[in-house]
Amino acid sequence: MRKLLTLASALAAGFIATASAGSAQAASLTLCWAAWDPANALVELSKDFTKESGIDMKFEFVPWTSYADRFLNELNSHGKLCDLIIGDSQWIGGSAENGHYVKLNDFFDKNGIKMSDFVDATVVGYSEWPKNTPNYWSLPAFGDVVGWTYRKDWFEKPELQKEFKDKYGWDLGPPKTYDQLKQIAEFFQGREIDGKKVYGASIYTERGSEGITMGVTNVLYDYGFEYQNPQKPYDMEGFVNSADAVKGLEFYKELYKCCTPPGASNVYMGESADAFKSGQVALHMNFAFTWPGLYKDPNVGGDKIGFFPNPAGPKGHFAQLGGQGISVVAYSDHQDDALKYIQWFVKPEVQAKWWQLGGFSCLKSVVEDPNFVKSQPYAQTFLDSMAIVKDFWAEPTYAELLQAMQKRVHDYVVADQGTAKEALDALVKDWTETFKDDGKI
Amino acid sequence: MSATGITTAHSVVAPTGRTRAIAGAIVIVYALITMIPLLWIVVTSFKTPDDSIAYPPKLLFTPSIEGYCNLFNTRTRQTPEYIAALPPATGQCDQLVRSRNMVIAGPSNVIPRFTNSIIIAFGSTFLAVALGTLTAYGFSRFRVPFANDLLFFILSTRFMPPIAVAIPIYLMYRAIGLTDTKIGMILLYTAVNVSLAVWLLKGFIDEIPREYEEAAMIDGYSRLQAFRKVVLPQAATGIAATAIFCLIFAWNEYAFAVLLTSGEAQTMPPFIPFIIGEGGQDWPAVAAATALFLIPILVFTILLRKHLLRGITFGAVRK
Amino acid sequence: MSDSSARATIADRVAAATPVPVARRIRSLGDRAIAWLFIGPTILLLLAINIFPLIWTVYLSFTNYKANRSAPIRMVGTEHYSSILSDPDIWYSMQATAHFVFWTIVLETVIGFALAWLIDRKFRGHGIWTTIILLPMMLSPAVVGNFWKFLYEPQIGLFNYAVSFLTGVDRSSFQMLGDVALAPWAIVIVDVWMWTPYVMLICLAGLRSIPDHIYEAAEVDRASPWRQFWSITLPMALPFIMLAVLFRGIENFKMFDMVNLLTGGGPGSTTEVASITLKRDAFESWKTGYSSAFAIILFVAVFGLANIYVKALNRVKQR
Repeated sequence: MRKLLTLASALAAGFIATASAGSAQAASLTLCWAAWDPANALVELSKDFTKESGIDMKFEFVPWTSYADRFLNELNSHGKLCDLIIGDSQWIGGSAENGHYVKLNDFFDKNGIKMSDFVDATVVGYSEWPKNTPNYWSLPAFGDVVGWTYRKDWFEKPELQKEFKDKYGWDLGPPKTYDQLKQIAEFFQGREIDGKKVYGASIYTERGSEGITMGVTNVLYDYGFEYQNPQKPYDMEGFVNSADAVKGLEFYKELYKCCTPPGASNVYMGESADAFKSGQVALHMNFAFTWPGLYKDPNVGGDKIGFFPNPAGPKGHFAQLGGQGISVVAYSDHQDDALKYIQWFVKPEVQAKWWQLGGFSCLKSVVEDPNFVKSQPYAQTFLDSMAIVKDFWAEPTYAELLQAMQKRVHDYVVADQGTAKEALDALVKDWTETFKDDGKI
Repeated sequence: MSATGITTAHSVVAPTGRTRAIAGAIVIVYALITMIPLLWIVVTSFKTPDDSIAYPPKLLFTPSIEGYCNLFNTRTRQTPEYIAALPPATGQCDQLVRSRNMVIAGPSNVIPRFTNSIIIAFGSTFLAVALGTLTAYGFSRFRVPFANDLLFFILSTRFMPPIAVAIPIYLMYRAIGLTDTKIGMILLYTAVNVSLAVWLLKGFIDEIPREYEEAAMIDGYSRLQAFRKVVLPQAATGIAATAIFCLIFAWNEYAFAVLLTSGEAQTMPPFIPFIIGEGGQDWPAVAAATALFLIPILVFTILLRKHLLRGITFGAVRK
Repeated sequence: MSDSSARATIADRVAAATPVPVARRIRSLGDRAIAWLFIGPTILLLLAINIFPLIWTVYLSFTNYKANRSAPIRMVGTEHYSSILSDPDIWYSMQATAHFVFWTIVLETVIGFALAWLIDRKFRGHGIWTTIILLPMMLSPAVVGNFWKFLYEPQIGLFNYAVSFLTGVDRSSFQMLGDVALAPWAIVIVDVWMWTPYVMLICLAGLRSIPDHIYEAAEVDRASPWRQFWSITLPMALPFIMLAVLFRGIENFKMFDMVNLLTGGGPGSTTEVASITLKRDAFESWKTGYSSAFAIILFVAVFGLANIYVKALNRVKQR
């Protein structure tokens, strides 16, 4: 014991010395993003940047379920961990108003970077605050939207096609509406295919971060849910909790109860993709970023996978916007180098390679290229989906708004508490309070 | 009395052989069952991702180091053509990763995080034990006004819910720039551990007869010399045991780490849940990280077993 | 000098009673100076890291401050306190906490005491098996809790497999973490797995503290083993059991790490224990003022428990 003690104190003294010594190092940048396929592709892509500029790239990737939690905490703590951050679209309001991000207008002007070169929806969604004003806080980096994949190989089985047609009276194929989607999910739920029990659909149900909200909104929008009175901002009574919205929420719960695999009570992107990859489900809701990986998957990819945009509902046809812009963190000590990275990243040839490696470029010259649609089997679905996007609040109070929705929706859909109407009424109350606190109403 | 040793026996009422056998059998069965989760961690760390999610759970499988490869490297999926164009694979991990149509993009963050854990745990333990030894000696040997109140105050800091403490610490560290720094975490863990150190060490020092120091002081030692040359060596075992307890706390701590660090000073506990594969958690890699993280603690627990009882009750139960 | 120790040397007493030139005082530090020098740093550290933040929290709890906004701070009086105490969500989370604390304590005490009693039968090799049983409690609840998620996977997890193997229930017909009825028990099971050894260890000390001659006297009186257990073993070990219960009670009232990683409070808010609610309010919704008030309420509650604990602790020590 005694020797151990001496050793330990020697070690400890050494460690304290190391810890307090400032870490002076060669030029290097830390980029923060979520831990997912596109981030790994960005690591690969950024090797070119290091080659060109001599600036080392370090990465901090956090799983989606902790992404907002972790990085909003980091930004709010004025931390210096991230020089560049690819932050979620909804953070833009808070990050702009609280000075977390460097405003990029001057930099864009100086370097001839034009926002008109980018897909319009992504500029509004990822870069602007206030929305629809030319104030840019980030550069659209990764376009993303919720869509669906399905098991084409199962859909093409003649015996299933026949049985389906007999039962529902229409040809088994990618659904156009949510009612059709539910019929397909019901059809596959519990069915045995190739000796394995399979299930209908995998949808978002995650509680901790933003999962269930990013899932349920796809249905809510289609059923007529509105965030606010189009005539009167922040007036939510009768829009958030309209009879249509209630129907939409009820539909989502029915879908969850009837047609998801067992244990699907806390599913977000990772778990949803895993459910599809392991051959458990016929339909799979997820952000488009999962598509390149799934298409390359040896078990369910290639000919076995098909893609379709979020189906329409009785009152509209929308899809939840995902995706992010890349921003320079105001607390960083290496802002100049960080801007150099953006300057490099925006180059058309880099953007083209970005798409090749699995990143969804937002540059018009990439997505409007005539060859784009043919370049990947999911390219068309991606374009169709990007055309119908709608996003969650991007207000500075976004985190609070999101937490309220997560709780209300999860309590109703997964934990069986109260009715849909009660859940949305409570949501209106929560949101009203938040906006009141914030001085918006 | 050691918690686990055989030092006392109820001689007259010694249990019969049969009672012993039955008691032993039940305890052993319980021990084996509680070991399953720990064994499963080790077993899973040597499975391939496919084996790890097989049903029924596989007991017999070909061991693979893929979990460890994935733990130490970040990978990215590429087309076979892209991989074919690369120079030949170097090392086993490289080969394994390429056989999955992926390439190693670079080292993962696990080594820096592990280093952080070591620096912060040892640093805070050193400070807490140093401060704790002095303070415990002060309380043990001198008549300190309001001693009991102060001791209670020191202990009570340990009873605050960590999240409640973290709110103002977060704001304070933000204001003085200690957020996500190793120094900040060392100070914080020191403050939490010093209460344990004081209480444990006071017990240990109380047990050292005062006469030793007094004799030394009659021989011409000053109070400080007597402390250094008489008390410290006598208390060495107690100090070591206390140090290990502090070390284990700092090593295991999660709540503060998850709220107050993001990278520079992030330790293993908040990092391990961040280890994910292409979809959800990459269980073999998580198991590998968990196993590497737990092994030092298992060793320490076995070293400490004689003092465990004292440590976990803040010195309330000694024996 | 009311605080001059009876044991202090005469020289000290003289030194304390008469003003000493500053220079001499530094050269030959008096005991009082040493006492403060030894205790001071710890007190200062705790003031900086614990007390000052606590006072800040109290102040914040009367404001509308939000740590993610730069809006001017406005005093809101006791608004937060009254809204917390009338908030059904908060009461729900207190209920979830109570369920968790109650059942973990009941199960850990019963199983822990039974194990201690069995180990006290002193079968061969009980030392080794005791050490093995103790391992789970030394491990990081966060890291191990994270791995339990894997064990609880309905399709591939070991837990569901074992249950379905033993009872014949279909493995995917129940989900420990996703089901509103089961999730509260899922966290109880993990806590019981981790912390039963803790209760066991303390109970074991209690059992071993019972002097043999009491049992010998009972044997002479021909008291049945059953009667011996109820009238000797249990009452004499009771203070130790109480100590364990109080310690577990306080710890589990603060519970954050294991639950945060296992269920994150879900499904819905089913397992949202107090610390999780606090974390969500403070670090996800960034309602700093509101959550500060909640933190103070929790702190007062824990402080009350701690007080009871220290009293009980003293009683145990007096034995």
